[in-house]
Amino acid sequence: MIEKDLVVIGGGPAGLSACKVACEAGMNVALFERNFQLGGQLIKQTHKFFGSESQYAKIRGIEIAKILISELDETNTEVFLNATVVGMYKDNVITVYQNNKYFKIKAKAIIIATGASEKFLAFENNDLPGIYGAGAVQTLMNIHGVLPGKQVVMVGSGNIGLIVSYQLIQAGVKVKALIEAAGKIGGYSVHASKLRRLGVPILTNTTVKRAVGEGLLEKIITVKLDDKWEEIPGSEEEIYCDGLCISVGLSPLHQLLSMAEANMIFVNELGGLVPLKSCDYETSLKHVYACGDVTGIEEASSAMVEGKIAGLMASKNAGFIHPNYNLLENELNNQLCVLRQGPCGEKIRCGLKKVGEAL
Amino acid sequence: MIGKTGVPTLEMVKNKFPKKEILVRPKAIIECYQEIPCNPCETSCPFNAIHIGSDINKIPTVDFDKCTGCGICAKACPGLAIMIAMIKNGKAYFKIPYELLPLPIVGERWYGVNRSGEVLDKLCLIENVHVNKDKTVIVTVSIEQPYLYEFITIRSKA
Repeated sequence: MIEKDLVVIGGGPAGLSACKVACEAGMNVALFERNFQLGGQLIKQTHKFFGSESQYAKIRGIEIAKILISELDETNTEVFLNATVVGMYKDNVITVYQNNKYFKIKAKAIIIATGASEKFLAFENNDLPGIYGAGAVQTLMNIHGVLPGKQVVMVGSGNIGLIVSYQLIQAGVKVKALIEAAGKIGGYSVHASKLRRLGVPILTNTTVKRAVGEGLLEKIITVKLDDKWEEIPGSEEEIYCDGLCISVGLSPLHQLLSMAEANMIFVNELGGLVPLKSCDYETSLKHVYACGDVTGIEEASSAMVEGKIAGLMASKNAGFIHPNYNLLENELNNQLCVLRQGPCGEKIRCGLKKVGEAL
Repeated sequence: MIGKTGVPTLEMVKNKFPKKEILVRPKAIIECYQEIPCNPCETSCPFNAIHIGSDINKIPTVDFDKCTGCGICAKACPGLAIMIAMIKNGKAYFKIPYELLPLPIVGERWYGVNRSGEVLDKLCLIENVHVNKDKTVIVTVSIEQPYLYEFITIRSKA
């Protein structure tokens, strides 16, 4: 069985950042990524990022991925691609599935940075071809250069719904409307303003009642919602479209932690089931750490900072002290604090408080 | 209300502009209406004309005495929320960030568009097109001065 100081599961912004810091601390690290390339969701993000310079603000997500990957190349991290971690056991052993083979790795410490998966929406005919999650639309369009449709309706006005709508327009797709069940826009208003000036109607208090089409999507029927989220009879309208993109939120990919019986808690503000973790980012399992969206849905900027903290703590607790430990610990915690302290951080602050109280 | 529609009111827009006398020189108009964690406008400004402070969630303010209208912030802003405005010979000149294809060509007349996405009555003239390394293009356009507070972007006539 292969033995490593540290195993990092997930090669997105959190996992890549964790590897870098842990390597700097002197750990022998293995990184497992189930995709054929590193970068996680960053590789689909053609927009410039928010935050401050320390989180690569004003650089496009795809370029941030390149920076993080090139920084990883400078370390001695052993990278396993197309490698799905399918099992995790209490003695810090994981099972990996790669190239039709299973193998095991034992590690002094494990960092879970598996990220999140998309939520879906229940409505009649929601399995018609032409109905996608926003992540699939980004994969088709921004990685493979394939248009998901000619006339698309977006469901959900969080930052992902707003950004993917903008990217669809950049790709030459007509975005016929963005609909949102709540009474207000969920994401940043600068993103919403970008769409409005391009002529996209934003319909709040509106949801999809059903999709219609013979074999593939031809139109959707929308319905207005009142302030109790009840459908308003007679408010149905039809919108012709060959694509419907669902962007109604993410939930943490907790399955490995649940499998290993880490103590978990359901926190709505964090997107679902998340592990309880100490201020060292350690879960209830000794030497198993978690960072990024798997511990609560947030922006990639926070995921990068969390990844660095997880790398710093996992290495320290395994006896590898980072040369700049004290400086980094202060600086990183301060960065997270700043990212979360505004009104947009209220939800995550509230969610993290619940996790803290459950410890 | 911008939180429901994505469109700021005329009053909100006017509050981001300096007095018209000041616009004889180009100035940055920062249409950031919501506290979000973001500060590239402040850190990119070579003249220290934009202030946010250590809490990067605060809304940026522009010191119009220091602002030269250079446009560096307009291409740095991840929200495409900054344009440079100037008034000259009865016309309003704007430098706007633009990220769609096809790109306009200098000398063409394109539709001017307002913040609700509606086409303005008058066309605007493409004065300059500057392609940056980071792929956000800065387009300079001119339009009749009465559209100063209405104009936000351009749309191809094709």
